[in-house]
Amino acid sequence: MAETISTAAETEDTSQTNTDTSGKRPDYRDIAYNGLWKNNPALVQLLGLCPLLAVTASVVNAMGLGLATTIVLTGSNLSVSMIRNYVPESVRLPAFVMIIASLVTCAELLMQAYTYELYEILGIFIPLIVTNCAILGRADAFASKNGLLPSALDGFMMGSGFSIVLILLGAIRELVGQGTLFSGMDLLFGETAKTWQISLWSNNEDFLFMVLPPGAFFGMGLLIALKNIIDKQLASRKQKRISEPKKAGAKRVRVTG
Amino acid sequence: MSFLRISSPHARGKNSTKSVMQQVALATMPGFLALFYFFGWGVFINIIWCVLLAVTAETAVLLLRKRPLSFYLSDYSAVVTGILLGLALPPFAPWWVSAIATLFAIIVAKQLYGGMGMNPFNPAMVGYALVLISFPVAMTTNWSNPVNPTGTADFLTHLQWIFGFGSNAIDVFTAATPLDIYKHEIAASTEAVVRQSPAFGSFISYGWEWVNIGFLLGGLYLVLRKIISWHTPVALLVSLSILSLALGWDADQVTPLSIHLLSGGTMLGAFFIATDPVTGPSSPRGKLIFGAGIGVLIYIIRTYGNYPDAVAFAVLLMNFAAPFIDYYTQPRTYGHSRSKRGFGGNK
Repeated sequence: MAETISTAAETEDTSQTNTDTSGKRPDYRDIAYNGLWKNNPALVQLLGLCPLLAVTASVVNAMGLGLATTIVLTGSNLSVSMIRNYVPESVRLPAFVMIIASLVTCAELLMQAYTYELYEILGIFIPLIVTNCAILGRADAFASKNGLLPSALDGFMMGSGFSIVLILLGAIRELVGQGTLFSGMDLLFGETAKTWQISLWSNNEDFLFMVLPPGAFFGMGLLIALKNIIDKQLASRKQKRISEPKKAGAKRVRVTG
Repeated sequence: MSFLRISSPHARGKNSTKSVMQQVALATMPGFLALFYFFGWGVFINIIWCVLLAVTAETAVLLLRKRPLSFYLSDYSAVVTGILLGLALPPFAPWWVSAIATLFAIIVAKQLYGGMGMNPFNPAMVGYALVLISFPVAMTTNWSNPVNPTGTADFLTHLQWIFGFGSNAIDVFTAATPLDIYKHEIAASTEAVVRQSPAFGSFISYGWEWVNIGFLLGGLYLVLRKIISWHTPVALLVSLSILSLALGWDADQVTPLSIHLLSGGTMLGAFFIATDPVTGPSSPRGKLIFGAGIGVLIYIIRTYGNYPDAVAFAVLLMNFAAPFIDYYTQPRTYGHSRSKRGFGGNK
């Protein structure tokens, strides 16, 4: 399923990026806006749903996976962009996957060295970053057609957009599911972070629906709905701003010099 | 749709959604009385609490969606959802469990999908399944033991138990349902030994058999009044019986047919839950398939699953299949030589 989604999103992306890079200088603001909001990998492209739904049971899990994904995505975009003129079209995908896989191995070893408990908790989902369609999608759709700096920025922004959604979802699920926020942050930030935990209420039982993956689907649906509402509001406000001055301009016709 | 009514005394049903829902609410009375007799005031409090919340939530969402209030509220569908939830939840379920179930049922399962008539899943069962998955302990241990006199305590004490205030606040009741007991005990002993447990009484399963007979009577009333058709409940009960006789003939190994039929939520599910006109198929043949599917799933989940009862899961799973069943069971239109069903239908 993930495959079909990724191919659909890729073709869409290719058409967009092709028009973007036809000789013009890359627009960095546009890249950032695309990654964080307009083309957000989690909320709009719906890529990488597997880790998104599986590990967002708490903020710290989401943060760990988001960080690893962002690092891999930035690195892979950078590397792919570097070799883009030397890789024949026919073998580009295996080459990209090799790059991504080696970067994921780096991230995995790093996490194993510095945040061992978190590495244990995230388990199979760290190696599975390789299969995150968002990463291969960006490599093929953007990095293989653009220069170094835009590609790296695109990777970072896409990764950040993905991480923000992961963390938001993690916060919602942790809050509703267990009644806490930022629990276990010491796994990522060391001993001092133990005091960061906020317990809003102490329920005897966890709200298992939100702790289990169905809760992630539910939270995801709400986040997408929220984004659509905001987009709609923004569009209607823009519409107003465009239409109002025109009316005013039509009324006040200056006849004197 | 408005069709012109031309000549001929075309039969016009006087059934409105309102009267149908009122009849359904009325038909739960025998089952409710049995529950009330064996389990005490908890059922009554649950129903009032759930109905109150259901109507409040419905009103709030209707206001948000800017829909006509009186039109949608007077169809009693929210009330019926509340009643069904109140009947299905354990009598001592804490107030917040029933609140979460009801609010989720009305707001998410019903109104987010577009309100009355648009929901693909039975709202009451969505709410029930949600709390059953989320709070397994609270949902399976808060059945009062009908043999034990906790059920005879007065109204105020029950109110304190459920809402958790006052000196009578208690932590938990541990009384599993007969289905649960039989399934877990039979693995290590024989029927005769398991039957010694007071939960089974002298007949089939103490208290529960009368609750189920009560719902059966209410259901038969609905069938006679032509509020529901006989297809779904009969197919459900027949398929459950056949499976139970074929696979569970040895009462020393698995739960026997009598307990399958007359314990747990079988009759409530068969006559009140599975017959929901919105979430089930519409043709008679489709209803037969739908009911049979639920019966098979109930048996499978009860016997091989981890949850003691399975009506909610079975109904929800078959709700998934309802549009598909409808697609393949479209009846032949008068005047056509064959029906337009399945892939060949749209040629």
